[in-house]
Amino acid sequence: MFLVAAAGILVSMSLALVRALVGPTVYDRVLAVNTFGTKTVLLIAVLGFLNGRPEFLDLALVYALINFIGTITVLKFFEFRDLGRASRPLEGGEV
Amino acid sequence: MEPILDVLSWLFILAGLFFMIVGTIGILRMPDVLARLHPAGMTDTMGAGFLLLGMSLQTSDWMVLVRLLFVYAFLLFTSPIAGHALGRTVLVAQRAGTDVEDAP
Repeated sequence: MFLVAAAGILVSMSLALVRALVGPTVYDRVLAVNTFGTKTVLLIAVLGFLNGRPEFLDLALVYALINFIGTITVLKFFEFRDLGRASRPLEGGEV
Repeated sequence: MEPILDVLSWLFILAGLFFMIVGTIGILRMPDVLARLHPAGMTDTMGAGFLLLGMSLQTSDWMVLVRLLFVYAFLLFTSPIAGHALGRTVLVAQRAGTDVEDAP
């Protein structure tokens, strides 16, 4: 059961990796890498169950947080070209 | 009791894999970034939710159950925030006219 789940997750990870490689814009790559990270979290959890060691779920938790922070950081850099300043409101109103 | 749980677990895991693979194919085939946000979000909520539900039926340890719940809660909080940040960044770039291919 968990073997099938791990295989399916690996297939969909490779599909996401194709999108991350072909782009075409940098935002496509960020989106694909974010999806890839989510799938990695699930793969870690499934592998923990597969090996009979559900303690791997702790690693999955940590990986979920790291993945989120990494995505937000890269997006902040591409939006403001700077990581040190606070974000300023959009001209022409908030989104 | 055990076979019923196994069958339910299979069903949930297969449903999760279905949503996950279909969502990733959507990421590959959708026309532009903002359209690709939709299959990505579907992958994070439905795919991960069904997979974690199927896994949670296979354990008898309640601490493992709590951890699975935490993983899903984190995904549920972080996925919409990341999606919103991505959409906002794309919108800002499109308004500034810098949304050409591989602009940076």
